[in-house]
Amino acid sequence: MDSFLALMSGFAAALTPAKLMYASMGVLLGTAVGVLPGIGPAVTVALLLPVTFKLDPSGSLIMFAGIYYGAMYGGSTTAILINTPGESASMATSLEGSLMAKSGRAGPALATSAIGSFVAGTIATAGIAFLAPWMVKLAVMFGPEDYFALMVLAFITVSATFGDSPLRGLISLFLGLALGLVGIDKLTGQSRLTFGLPELLDGVEVTTLAVGLFAIGEALHVASQKRDEGSLLTLTGSLWMTKEDWKRSWMPWIRGTLFGFPIGALPAGGAEIPTFLSYSTEKRLSKHPEEWGTTGAIEGVAGPEAANNASVAGTLVPLLSLGLPTSATAAILLAGFQQFGLNPGPLLFAENAGLVWTLIASLFIANVMLVILNLPLVGLWVQLLKIPTPWLYAGILMFAAMGSIATKGSVAELLMLMVFGFLGFMMRRHDYPVAPMVVGLILGPMAESQLRRALQISIGDPMVLVQSPIAVTILAIAAVALIAPFVTNTKKFAQDED
Amino acid sequence: MSNHGTAAARDRASVIVGVLLLLLAAILWYDAVNLGRTVAYGIGSDMMPKVIGVGLSVLGILSIISGLRNPARETEPADWRAVVIILGGFLALTVMIGLNVGFIPAMTVLFAVTSFAFGRRALLADVAIGFVLATLTYLLFSKLLALSLPRGPLEQIFG
Repeated sequence: MDSFLALMSGFAAALTPAKLMYASMGVLLGTAVGVLPGIGPAVTVALLLPVTFKLDPSGSLIMFAGIYYGAMYGGSTTAILINTPGESASMATSLEGSLMAKSGRAGPALATSAIGSFVAGTIATAGIAFLAPWMVKLAVMFGPEDYFALMVLAFITVSATFGDSPLRGLISLFLGLALGLVGIDKLTGQSRLTFGLPELLDGVEVTTLAVGLFAIGEALHVASQKRDEGSLLTLTGSLWMTKEDWKRSWMPWIRGTLFGFPIGALPAGGAEIPTFLSYSTEKRLSKHPEEWGTTGAIEGVAGPEAANNASVAGTLVPLLSLGLPTSATAAILLAGFQQFGLNPGPLLFAENAGLVWTLIASLFIANVMLVILNLPLVGLWVQLLKIPTPWLYAGILMFAAMGSIATKGSVAELLMLMVFGFLGFMMRRHDYPVAPMVVGLILGPMAESQLRRALQISIGDPMVLVQSPIAVTILAIAAVALIAPFVTNTKKFAQDED
Repeated sequence: MSNHGTAAARDRASVIVGVLLLLLAAILWYDAVNLGRTVAYGIGSDMMPKVIGVGLSVLGILSIISGLRNPARETEPADWRAVVIILGGFLALTVMIGLNVGFIPAMTVLFAVTSFAFGRRALLADVAIGFVLATLTYLLFSKLLALSLPRGPLEQIFG
């Protein structure tokens, strides 16, 4: 009941005309950037983060929530209309969605994805409101060694589940960890890896890394390829869903949400697994198997899209209650919180409860706003996809540079952005996943301070790391997650050699 | 090493990555040993760089081994000229920001050069479009959202 009252006061704080304007601006900007091909939700949030700087904390959080949901919706629009998913979590959506668009049913595909996202987002946000305070109660029992174990688990799952080889994922993760060392050490005040450059004392910004790796890296990649990306499918036929479409969509929405939220809320989540689980479940249950893979089945859009949205909302549970980001998007969100001087985790709920509940209320509001604004505006978003590629990427680069200029405005920062852009391009070219690097950069320093705190309490005895039953359990899961892909990979390799 | 194939067909990229990782590990280690200890018990600021350095070395060695054992991965041919032009445009923007030329001219250059790299040849039109876009962005973000963007002579006009 406490949560309910707190949530109501959150709504009271978020439902003022000015705040509603921020929310709608966030949704519009988030969708506009998220709809651009190759730009996933993580980059959209990173690109637009500077926009929220000058607002008061609750205003920026509300705009932030709008950007976040807008980016998600924009990503699925692109996945359906040009069959180039901006991120692996939209892959399942684009399978059936682009087929529907090809057979003249782009309107209902976009509608079921928007309404499905709304349904999933609303249920999942309610889930956050219910689950996060409970997780906080659990989290206060965690010692530093348990936190360290949790972070190790997050490292492993993030790098072993992204990309096709765990070695490549781990290399990317360790590059991020190394970057995380740069700057002043918080415990001793010594400067590490700064090479005497004052610009490096503050360390490397997560947003700089993410925008460089994802946005600039993507622009360089597309420029180097010079081939036509998937052609834009035209929006013909009715924009609205028929009664039949509704009947076929609502169960997949609910099932997708039930797949997505719990998996996302695990401290080792990820949106790929639930979206594909939902895809295969709907395919099995479908009463219209003849449409799958041919004209496009609406269940195959409704389910994965709901699962995607619910799992992304689910990642907010470990983020808010434990301060643990489990995806690139969550890592950027955490960077955003830190920029407002907030540190997610159990303490946030104690010290800044009002703000947390305002954020949760904003997520509900942004979700409603998304449906209201985006269903009628879908024609406008489609126009954005018609921008010629050169201007599109020139615009993306402008935005990337603007974010960096508005944050720091220093030459050093722009040069870093450029270097990260080139690195992102090379990593992409040679199949190294970039997301683990972003997570490593933000989570590395956090893991270090938990480790050192644990060892300080134990006066340097490393056994403390494996004496807590919670830590041992989590580390054991992490070990399994690390070893499993190597074992299965060698099997696959052996088969390939035959 | 049982795989057949000539040395040229090996996965050179993985070997290079491995060598670079070893180099990075050496830098981390060098930096860590030169920090000097300040903490009497527990662990100091040099511990984590060393741990990550060891991790990087292990990954580097694994990467070299996998590069020597596996055939080269396929990479798509790349148009390096476009990549260099875009990076050059970005560098021009950086220099212009550093010299206080202002937000709008710097962004105009970035826009026009990037469009050129993507194969457009109507440079004058692209400069015009870039200029309008940069001006609109400047007005939107500096006036409406109160972000502080660098102001050169041109931006002073907007007060």
